[in-house]
Amino acid sequence: MIAALAFYVFAAILLVSAVMVVSARNPVHAVLFLILAFFNAAALFLLAGAEFLAMILVIVYVGAVAVLFLFVVMMLDVNFAQLREGLQRYAPVGATIGVVLFAELILILGGWKINPASVTLHMAPNPTNLNNTEALGRLVYTQYFLLFQTAGLILLVAMIGAIVLTLRDKRASRRQNIEVQTSRTMADTMEVMRLPLGVGTAGVGFLRPKKPEAKPEPVHHDDHAAGGH
Amino acid sequence: MLAVGVGHYLFVSAVLLVLGIFGIFLNRKNVIIIMMSIELILLAVNINLVAFSAALGDLVGQVLAMFVLTVAAAEAAIGLAIVVIYFRNRGSIEVEDVNLMKG
Repeated sequence: MIAALAFYVFAAILLVSAVMVVSARNPVHAVLFLILAFFNAAALFLLAGAEFLAMILVIVYVGAVAVLFLFVVMMLDVNFAQLREGLQRYAPVGATIGVVLFAELILILGGWKINPASVTLHMAPNPTNLNNTEALGRLVYTQYFLLFQTAGLILLVAMIGAIVLTLRDKRASRRQNIEVQTSRTMADTMEVMRLPLGVGTAGVGFLRPKKPEAKPEPVHHDDHAAGGH
Repeated sequence: MLAVGVGHYLFVSAVLLVLGIFGIFLNRKNVIIIMMSIELILLAVNINLVAFSAALGDLVGQVLAMFVLTVAAAEAAIGLAIVVIYFRNRGSIEVEDVNLMKG
């Protein structure tokens, strides 16, 4: 009885916060309502006995994904009022499609029932002597190991992709380029000139520092262009 | 077993899915809200999977829900990265003028 009451409370908060996510004026509020929705969905998972998934939902979704959303919303300097301009224009289309879809789903919900013979088709019957996390672990690390590895690979690809997409190669920073440093020879950097008496380097047509309009001479100043010191 | 019938869970998840799709149509310009709506839709899928897993006493539904969570997290990370570089290039995140690739 108490569990049923808790279900209705959590489901109501979940749906209200989902409404607020799609209709909030301020995107930061939308993210916060998304966090609330995740918490309540985790509570629904707990009521269904999926403890591990509930904790994963709180840790991964609230702790990582929602905070990621929050970071992006707060970091981007977007005029969100301008983004809401077409709201009245799109609302009727969205409401129509939503109502049609919801009616279809309710029709399906009204007409289905579980085949009694499906008990024999269970892939992994819920063990009674183990808790949820242990049972899930025994399943994931044995029977669904390939799927588990694939999920890890997907996360790796996502991580590399996100880094590659957002990494900016800063030309302004001057990192140490060891290859350029060690391959420098004396001829690249200095030149021994024999000058006549009483005449500076300007006298033989060679100025240091160079004039701004002079073309850079590759012999003398090439090492900075390559990014090394 | 479930405290309430599996139909209740399915109703909640149906409403959540419809709300997510409605959110996509409502916030046609703001791609961040669209991604949050997609998260809501995936959450509805997960609630369905967990409800059936609990109702049938079969753990595979929860395994599948775990992988849906994984893919959803990866999708959010990549999507937000794309939003960030798009904003860096164009100074706006309006979905309607995403025409860089002339698609």
